[in-house]
Amino acid sequence: MATQPPPPRRVAALLLVLVAFASASASDSAARADLVVTRADRRVDLTSHIVRVLTSLKVENIGPEAVSQVLLAFPNVQAKNLAAIRAFGTEGKVKGPSTALPIEVVQPSGVPPELTFFSASLSKALEKGKTLHLDVLTVFTHSLQPFPEEITQAESQLVVYQDSAHYLSPYPVKVQTLSIRLPGGRVESYTKYPNTKLAESELKYGPFEDRPPFSYSPMVVHFENNNPFAVAKEVIREIEISHWGNVQITEHYNIAHGGAKLKGEFSRIDYQSRPYVRGVSSFRHLIARLPPRAHSIYYRDEIGNISTSHLWSDSKKTQLEVEPRFPLFGGWQTTFTIGYGLPLQDFVFNSDGKRFLNITFGSPVEEILIENLIVKVALPEGSKDIEVSVPFPVKQWQEVKYSHLDISGRPVVVLEKPDVIPEHNLYFQVHYRFNNISLLREPMMLITGFFLLFIACIVYMRTDLSISKNSPSYLAKVQWDEVQNIIQQIQAIFEQCLALHDKLEASLRDLSRSGDVQSCKAARKAADAQFKELAKELKPLLTSLHSSPQSFQIWPKVEDLVAKERELQEKLMARHSTVVDSFEKKLRGQDVENRIATQQQKVAALRQEVESLLEYISEII
Amino acid sequence: MAEPESSTAAAGAGGSRLRNAFGGVLCAFTLLLIGVLAFSIRLFSVIKYESVIHEFDPYFNYRVTQFLSKNGIYEFWNWFDDRTWYPLGRVIGGTVYPGLTLTAGTIWWFVNSLNIPLSVETVCVFTAPIFSANASWATYLLTKEAKGTGAGLMAAAILAMVPSYISRSVAGSYDNEAVAIFALIFTFYLYVKTLNTGSLFYATLNALSYFYMVCSWGGYTFIINLIPMHVLLCIVTGRYSSRLYIAYAPLVILGTLLAALVPVVGFNAVMTSEHFASFLVFIILHVVALVYYIKGLLTPRLFKVAMTLVISVGLAVCFAVVAILVALVASSPTKGWSGRSLSLLDPTYASKYIPIIASVSEHQPPTWPSYFMDINVLAFLVPAGIISCFLPLSDASSFVVLYLVTAVYFSGVMVRLMLVLAPAACILSGIALSEAFNVLTRSIKCQLAKLFDDSPAASGDSSAESSSASTASANSAKNENRSEKNETAPKEKPSKKNRKKEKEVTESVPAKHKKEKKLLVLPMEASVMGILLLIVLGGFYVVHCVWAAAEAYSAPSIVLTSRSREGLHVFDDFREAYAWLSHNTDVDDKVASWWDYGYQTTAMANRTVIVDNNTWNNTHIATVGTAMSSPEKAAWEIFNSLDVKYVLVVFGGLVGYPSDDINKFLWMVRIGGGVFPHIKEPDYLRDGNYRVDAQATPTMLNCLMYKLCYYRFVETDGKGFDRVRGYEIGKKHFKLTHFEEVFTTHHWMVRIYKLKPQKNRVRGKLKKLKSGSKTSSTIAAGRKKNPWQ
Repeated sequence: MATQPPPPRRVAALLLVLVAFASASASDSAARADLVVTRADRRVDLTSHIVRVLTSLKVENIGPEAVSQVLLAFPNVQAKNLAAIRAFGTEGKVKGPSTALPIEVVQPSGVPPELTFFSASLSKALEKGKTLHLDVLTVFTHSLQPFPEEITQAESQLVVYQDSAHYLSPYPVKVQTLSIRLPGGRVESYTKYPNTKLAESELKYGPFEDRPPFSYSPMVVHFENNNPFAVAKEVIREIEISHWGNVQITEHYNIAHGGAKLKGEFSRIDYQSRPYVRGVSSFRHLIARLPPRAHSIYYRDEIGNISTSHLWSDSKKTQLEVEPRFPLFGGWQTTFTIGYGLPLQDFVFNSDGKRFLNITFGSPVEEILIENLIVKVALPEGSKDIEVSVPFPVKQWQEVKYSHLDISGRPVVVLEKPDVIPEHNLYFQVHYRFNNISLLREPMMLITGFFLLFIACIVYMRTDLSISKNSPSYLAKVQWDEVQNIIQQIQAIFEQCLALHDKLEASLRDLSRSGDVQSCKAARKAADAQFKELAKELKPLLTSLHSSPQSFQIWPKVEDLVAKERELQEKLMARHSTVVDSFEKKLRGQDVENRIATQQQKVAALRQEVESLLEYISEII
Repeated sequence: MAEPESSTAAAGAGGSRLRNAFGGVLCAFTLLLIGVLAFSIRLFSVIKYESVIHEFDPYFNYRVTQFLSKNGIYEFWNWFDDRTWYPLGRVIGGTVYPGLTLTAGTIWWFVNSLNIPLSVETVCVFTAPIFSANASWATYLLTKEAKGTGAGLMAAAILAMVPSYISRSVAGSYDNEAVAIFALIFTFYLYVKTLNTGSLFYATLNALSYFYMVCSWGGYTFIINLIPMHVLLCIVTGRYSSRLYIAYAPLVILGTLLAALVPVVGFNAVMTSEHFASFLVFIILHVVALVYYIKGLLTPRLFKVAMTLVISVGLAVCFAVVAILVALVASSPTKGWSGRSLSLLDPTYASKYIPIIASVSEHQPPTWPSYFMDINVLAFLVPAGIISCFLPLSDASSFVVLYLVTAVYFSGVMVRLMLVLAPAACILSGIALSEAFNVLTRSIKCQLAKLFDDSPAASGDSSAESSSASTASANSAKNENRSEKNETAPKEKPSKKNRKKEKEVTESVPAKHKKEKKLLVLPMEASVMGILLLIVLGGFYVVHCVWAAAEAYSAPSIVLTSRSREGLHVFDDFREAYAWLSHNTDVDDKVASWWDYGYQTTAMANRTVIVDNNTWNNTHIATVGTAMSSPEKAAWEIFNSLDVKYVLVVFGGLVGYPSDDINKFLWMVRIGGGVFPHIKEPDYLRDGNYRVDAQATPTMLNCLMYKLCYYRFVETDGKGFDRVRGYEIGKKHFKLTHFEEVFTTHHWMVRIYKLKPQKNRVRGKLKKLKSGSKTSSTIAAGRKKNPWQ
């Protein structure tokens, strides 16, 4: 508990003073408005840690003038904890449709400073003799004080509630009752007045009759309340609108158990064996009612996902049960984050050219008291003319948030409100203008980015980025390219030569098969011609290669290659002619073999060398 | 596996250029897919669990990265962390390898400057997968240097999913190794590239890459010893060249200077023995260079004379140098080799002398099954890869072989270094597979060509000129030959698989010089079968890798799951405890636990710890170990003297979580006893075993660890049955006098106790236990169960 309520004794003393003062100045204030409360019924709900008081008043104007406002008084200690006050008025005897009345804090002159006054302005002034039904709902936080303030794991939590048995009003009250609903269970003690009754879980005071203005008689009830005292120190609720179709909501909670603090050990064995006895004051889960069609729900904290949660959803609601990592005992706290997405069309609407977001203000978690709620509405980039309408006063300012490739940033409307209770879960609106074209900004940016990247790649690949065209390394590179080119051509020529060799061989084989000497000779002639042609082709290449300064490394090899190839050519031709000759002479195959055997070996060796040279050259390049 | 089959139809210069371009694009696309594969196979942990930092060390790195991203680089260098090693603290900036942190920090900064709102955690989680994609590309480059594009692609694909590397680089495993393996391979690539090209540009890049490696991981000493070894090998085998000089000399000079810039290395770069080999080889290299220079100047006769002269003088100089080196080693601040390095050379060193090193599971020697688990079929392919590296042996392939041999040795010493072996195994297996595919597909092609050749002959057409079919087949044969050569060439040469990449314009000239390759041509059926078998083998490998990635290595170890009939059950106790600590204790409270949980406690709970996973102070750890193995009162006094408010123990007995503190207890006793002799291991042993059942020794049953683990445990089932140990505990009902339970998680896996406040009357000093006259002989624990696995 962050705010420590004043100790009970002091309050009582203060109230006694107040009562004394009140009786002295009764006539004074009665003169201010000639109203009389003919009947006041108060119902106080103490079942949760948020105290709700519903006061039904029947107010009659007995003065001569019409009255347009009704004053409601609260002691300062109560007013400090007042989270919400609403009044509904109905004129006439019969309860008809009631209208909400605007309420504001007033400071009438001549009233005791220990009191805070609210004035409910009537929509229509109350004429003389007329009666008004006034229902006032007041919600108080931090009004249940744990007593004792520290309990052990097995004890249940006892709290104290203080109020006045009589309705505190600046007007005389004719008949009044007070009924207090307790959560059930043990009631330690309560202030006994005449006409006090405790039945079941309801404590009744009254009826009391004819009390003067400002009558106050303190009452205290000390009872057991084990309902979760879930108090959020701070909740940050981020609402991010994406016009691609999603409203993303992220809520960061910092939750504590606001009840009596745990004293001594926490024993898991006790807690596990009998959780509802040994751990009765703790709570282990919270229920959040999310809007229907909520999707992509997550529940985590700063160290990762929390796996203990359950989700039910139907067409009306989505119910999320979140269980913190550990059960919360008095004074323990934890943090977590809930996030979910909502369909855009459910919450963002168009109205005459403007769009507006219509969404609830408070947190979806049930029966939680938020000491400080910050709602941040991040509108899409490029939103203009932002207006906010909230049904209650909030602190409000604007921020800019950068996310997802933003350039100018998203406007963020920040609303801050202390002491938020479920009653504040009202719809609020954020109006803004937004052009749909802006949606395409980020995709276009990405497309442009990648386009430029590819263009840059192409340019880089195609352009010559060397700084100086005269630098030796550049020249060397150019020359080397030339050399490579020449070498490739030379290689091609040699490949052709080798192919010709193969053809000659083939013709010889054909010869041995078919015995067609003429065709064989023709083949040789053709090959010879081709060889010459190739040699002619080779010559300019060789000279240019020789002249190139970059070829010093490769030149000897090429030279060698040329020589070897020529030799090979000669040998081949010689062998070819030998074979053909011997064929013409009709020599036996054996003899032919013998004759060309040595040549054959040489040819094979040369061929090997030529091939290895070719390989070597191709390796160098 | 899917190697791009080229069509041999294209003919002519224009066609082949188009084919080159197509091949280049196909190769790039394959690489991109390999990168995607490497990235996505590591996402199982995110899909099956969540995007969360894993294990222990990554939490520290994550915390450092958070600090860096919040406070900037200068604050980071000057960061003195007072939340750990209380009351000593730790100078983070000077004791951490900053490579990983700076990398992730830079990525985070870059992404956020583009206004993409990624959290530091997300960036950290995905750093490892990103860098494993980089590593597989680096593998491609390195293998391409050694054996050509085909082998490169193969090796990259294998590395992308090798389980050994996956184990250290799944998403969330935010550890140094994740980026270091990339840096390692890339440094090797640049070294080999420099060796092949002799380009000073690559040499400079190599030094920078080495610098990055030094920034990233202590394993950089592997590089600075392996490269000198290779240089020495080249010199000894007469492969000295100016390229070798350029590859090595700048690396030593620039690399050492740059390494000395890293605060954690500093002067160690010149003062510890790990680096001496590089300087020695540097000197040798210069001597050899000088000899080669002189050899060029002199005639062979004169050279011989000079050699004899120089050798006699040189020997004397050598002795002097060796003497100086020995003196340097002896006088260096670490007295020669550091403990971890020594345990590399002598595997039994650590377990003999340094229990804190021996206690880390990663420092145990691996078992045979772990080889099969971690590199799977690669273990069988590697020998084939070695053989093909010797056909022919080039500088690059000899480097790869040397890398493999040394890595095999180191992985045999320390299971953690299996990680260094994995890339070598991948490279060699890639080479082996690529060669095998090469031989088999070529055989098939030759057979097909023969079929084509024969069919016209069989039809009786005896024309001398072969038809276009034979041209094509000859062309393909020629291409095969060429690619065969190219692959053996050390240079950047396209292989058969990607011969579209060939730079030179190939004229389609029939050439039939395939006779010499005839030997390698296998029968059609055999080659088809071989290819099928290889594909099946690859399939098994892929299946195994996916299984390993999905099942074995993706658990974050802070969240445990078990499958039961009702479905998945999640044990999230660690985070439950850390969250409780972080929200419900005072921000300056000190938490004592065994050192394993130090990093996690500081990172997740943000509480000051006494010891953590950076085991730099043995005495401090021994103090905690002593406290854990002392009786309650003595432990309270030790903890109180350390200002400890909470004690955290991990207990698996209720749910059967085996790596809990009772199983680690032997190390607490051993490490504690190593410094404080009143803790005697035999006191805790019954028949050479640590037992906590009825047979347990009274010392064991009275020590703090036992009491904190089993406090009120008997009330869970009435018997106190410990599911990890599989028996009932010895002492069931007892009360705590000096500690009180403040929190126990849902499955009792983490229990947190608070020191009870001091009584009014304080006796004061810790009562020294009377130590017996017997010397505490270290009895080898009979049950050498490794509690870390």
